[in-house]
Amino acid sequence: MKYSIFSLARAALSGHKNWKPTWRDAAPKDRYDVVIIGGGGHGLATAWFLASEFGIRNVAVLEKGWIGSGNAGRNTTIIRSNYGLPGNTGFYELSMKLWEKMEQDLNYNAMVSQRGVLNLYHSDAQRDAFARRGNTMRINGIDAELLDQAALRKMLPFLNFDNARFPVQGGLLQRRGGTARHDAVVWGYAHAASELGVDIIQNCEVTGFTRDANGKVTGVETSRGKIGAGKVGMAVAGSSSRVAAMAGLRLPIESHVLQAFVSEAIKPLIPGVMTFGAGHFYVSQSDKGGLVFGGDIDGYNSYAQRGNLPVVEDVCEGGMALIPMIGRVRLLRQWGGIMDMSMDGTPIIDKSPVDGLYINAGWCYGGFKATPGSGLVFAHLLAREESHKEAALFRLDRFQRGAMIDEKGQGAQPNLH
Amino acid sequence: MRITCPFCGQRELGEFTYLGDAKPQRPTADAGEDAVYDYVYLRDNIAGVMSEHWYHGGGCRAWLKVTRNTLTHEISLVEAAAGAGARQVAK
Repeated sequence: MKYSIFSLARAALSGHKNWKPTWRDAAPKDRYDVVIIGGGGHGLATAWFLASEFGIRNVAVLEKGWIGSGNAGRNTTIIRSNYGLPGNTGFYELSMKLWEKMEQDLNYNAMVSQRGVLNLYHSDAQRDAFARRGNTMRINGIDAELLDQAALRKMLPFLNFDNARFPVQGGLLQRRGGTARHDAVVWGYAHAASELGVDIIQNCEVTGFTRDANGKVTGVETSRGKIGAGKVGMAVAGSSSRVAAMAGLRLPIESHVLQAFVSEAIKPLIPGVMTFGAGHFYVSQSDKGGLVFGGDIDGYNSYAQRGNLPVVEDVCEGGMALIPMIGRVRLLRQWGGIMDMSMDGTPIIDKSPVDGLYINAGWCYGGFKATPGSGLVFAHLLAREESHKEAALFRLDRFQRGAMIDEKGQGAQPNLH
Repeated sequence: MRITCPFCGQRELGEFTYLGDAKPQRPTADAGEDAVYDYVYLRDNIAGVMSEHWYHGGGCRAWLKVTRNTLTHEISLVEAAAGAGARQVAK
């Protein structure tokens, strides 16, 4: 089904009763050229790029629950490409460029809204670090503007500029950053991939790998039977270690819980995405009017998809320090997602040591913005057997080689990234 | 989540800091690079019952060994971590 003004008009004339499901809920076949484990944004994007860019259409996406039920439906919907380290800068800009044309590519409204991402700074040293990162971005052809306090006072008069401990001195703004509708991203990729023949199989939990005498992965065992595969790619976020363990692998990853929050709906207040630089608090406002915000991970290993109160308090304190008036707004919902925290805060997109198994993991809490880029480079790896040039540094063996990409400079302590 | 510190009794989570899985043991100085890589970077990342180190910074400042289920956050055992604290408890 192709969506257009005409399809909308036709459906409107029949009272919107004749819309067809936007993607096909498939039953598993015996064998596929490529099986992707994980029906989140990354897995579905990978399948779509395999079919559309690399001509591999005999592809299945296996999802344990329903598509988009994991982190794709639990994030704070921010998209940006404001990274400073080689490896990250180019990759996230690749992803940003794909966001900008996603809706045309997929024929699906993902509500991509480039309303700007603003990182606030609160000290001279932080300003210098942000200026350096902004310069890195601009050298690489990415938009970045360093704003001083006067510019911010015009833009965001409600900030607590004169806070005694954390005065707001200015900010680094990427105007092309913004938000996208997270569920629509999942449905859009499912729609477009399904149109090209990709099988999307839900309620299909992978329970093991089938291997030949040489140890090569030849398929997966699932709750819906054995499925043969030429290659298997895993894009399972917080469950990466559990799936890799089925193939006998240990990963440089810990699973941690990250909480996110939505307030009651209020009139338009926050124009873009804003981050507090003296703590960890980031906020945007959804189209429905709710303030969507979050902060640090809880800091302990967890697979529970729910967090605890100390971090709730910490996040809300960050919000109050920056925008005191939000103390009057009531919290509506709060939830947790499981992050695959890597040892340097950077993802891993690489062949695994097991022949036939490919890894897309370690996204920490930054996976949503990477969705289209991750799909493209992972499909490239699966189709061409070599890394895409923008993902060439996201290697599994980089920890052994001392080639970490540690954007925060925290070392091998996943709960600090 | 609350942790019952063997020295201070039941305290709220905000008093504690997390280190991680208590299983990895620092390799000996002559163990070689692979052993150090394994110790520093690789994790079992257990989904289920795991033994882990927590620090009671907001209380007695002792290191604790906590047995906790990562799927449910249920804590089944809290002991003093190996070292001076544990020797004190044993007396």
